[in-house]
Amino acid sequence: MKQFFKHFCSNRGAVFGSIIILIVALMGIGCSVFFDNSPWMMVGQPLLLPFQNSEFPLGTDMLGRDIGAGLAYGARVSLLVGVVSTLVAVCVGILIGATAGYYGGWVDDLMMRFTEFFQTIPQLAMAVVLVAILSPSIYSIVGAIALVSWPPVARLVRGEFLSLKQREFVQAAIVIGQHPRQIIFTQILPNAMSPIIVTASLMIATAILTESALSFLGLGDRNMMSWGFMIGASRTMLREAPWMSVMPGVAILLTVLAINLIGEGINDAMNPQLRKRGVDA
Amino acid sequence: MKFASFLVSRLGKAVGVILGVVVFNFFLIRLAPGDPASIMAGEAASSDPAYVEQLRQQFGFDLPLYQQLLLYLKGILQFDLGYSYRNKLPVLDLILERLPATLLLMGCAFVFSITIGVLLGVIASRSRYTSRHKWLDSLIMSGALLLYATPLFWLSLLMIIFFSVTLGWLPAFGMESVGAHYTGWAHIADVAKHLVLPVISLGCFFMAVYARLTRASMLEVMGLDFIRTARAKGVPAGQVIRKHVLRNALLPVVTFAGIQLGQMAGGAVLTETVFAWPGIGRLMFDALLQRDYQLLLGVFLVTATMVVLFNLLTDLIYRFVDPRIELAD
Repeated sequence: MKQFFKHFCSNRGAVFGSIIILIVALMGIGCSVFFDNSPWMMVGQPLLLPFQNSEFPLGTDMLGRDIGAGLAYGARVSLLVGVVSTLVAVCVGILIGATAGYYGGWVDDLMMRFTEFFQTIPQLAMAVVLVAILSPSIYSIVGAIALVSWPPVARLVRGEFLSLKQREFVQAAIVIGQHPRQIIFTQILPNAMSPIIVTASLMIATAILTESALSFLGLGDRNMMSWGFMIGASRTMLREAPWMSVMPGVAILLTVLAINLIGEGINDAMNPQLRKRGVDA
Repeated sequence: MKFASFLVSRLGKAVGVILGVVVFNFFLIRLAPGDPASIMAGEAASSDPAYVEQLRQQFGFDLPLYQQLLLYLKGILQFDLGYSYRNKLPVLDLILERLPATLLLMGCAFVFSITIGVLLGVIASRSRYTSRHKWLDSLIMSGALLLYATPLFWLSLLMIIFFSVTLGWLPAFGMESVGAHYTGWAHIADVAKHLVLPVISLGCFFMAVYARLTRASMLEVMGLDFIRTARAKGVPAGQVIRKHVLRNALLPVVTFAGIQLGQMAGGAVLTETVFAWPGIGRLMFDALLQRDYQLLLGVFLVTATMVVLFNLLTDLIYRFVDPRIELAD
């Protein structure tokens, strides 16, 4: 573990990413402390430029809502959706991949066809259809993103299980008569964790992008301000107030970039020998 | 595996996926909150109980579920994707009218992303391999990392602000100039001008993906023994890269090209929405705004079918490109 942190901290990109995510997370957690009013409230003059009024350093939108407050509340939604939907997707992926990889045979065949189905179909289109028909709410959004993003985890876990199953310690566990469930969760899974963690960290980034795309299309939770919604709302004012779309976009860009950097940092720190060989891409 | 049995298994898979989407659609509309018949009546702007009852019978909502499914499948097999009450046209007609625009956009974005992406990947890996101009590698990879994190729809808006509003170089929306009625070459040039921004915005993310993938794949091949042998024989680095490395490194890239098409089809919804491109992505957005569920599900089915057919095509192409592959798994 100490070794891991040493490697991780020697990666400048990963440290930079961690700092950004820390700021975004603080913004998301503390938004109701920093901003007394709801981000939906009209608090000032409409269309104030950034830095024009010290009360609203990032400006206001066409209805006089504080863009800074919107960004802070949006951080909450983005991180929440990103993390929760990834957790759900990882759990589903582990269950399916582990079952397929451990049992093999027709179970494996069936589960892999199922996985392929979800990998082939247009994921964003499926998420759009799901959220639209089940009516947009934070639950349907998290569910839809999880449903379209588990296949890579399942494939990865299956691959790990296929190879780990051949190892002596697993064979030994089978011979002493451990229950398959116990073998899967206590013997094999802990040994397959590091690639799962790397994949999961990158999936959070994709989930945040998907969430922003959904709310851009008007499929966000109506009770929660989100970055994608802010960009969508700014479209009609593109000529007059470009900053309205630039700010939340930069927020998404920085957050997703930071998560990707952290993911790569974790990957490098977990497989230091890969980096030395120079094929770390 | 014999070609015939390979073809049959691939066709079976394709049909399986399409069937899966049909079943998914069928259950989804029944999962929607509220009674499907009254939702449809609402789409037709009517709350007359007699009309709701008529719809219920017409679509068989009073039948047992499996009979409803069979009825639905029968409709799909007869190319009946339902009726859009908003547009007063069958769903399939609406989609077919818009399909060419989407195919044009996606085709161009695909070619753009794969050619430029592979080129950038080759340049990056080459500069790393030969240790000359290493900054090029860093530059390309940093750019790719940035594009990875950029929301596609936001990039589109920025490009509109910059290229259309500020510079006035390129049109910001639509597929052709309104009311210009160009013909012949002028028309093609007009459409091409309208294509530039949507293609770049849709293709950028995938370009970054291909660049990274190509670079990683090239570096992996460069570490193999036969490359060292070639270099030891005295073959110049450039020739080794072109003739030995690239050929072997491209296969994973091509494999990925088929897989990522589904993602691109999803991206097309965003691009077409921003640029008001008259394709099925925009149609999907309109269906969302109008709560036209039949149309929404119809577009999803057609998009999925398109992706599946393209995947099938790439599978067949590999088999001819690389006879080593016996795509058994």
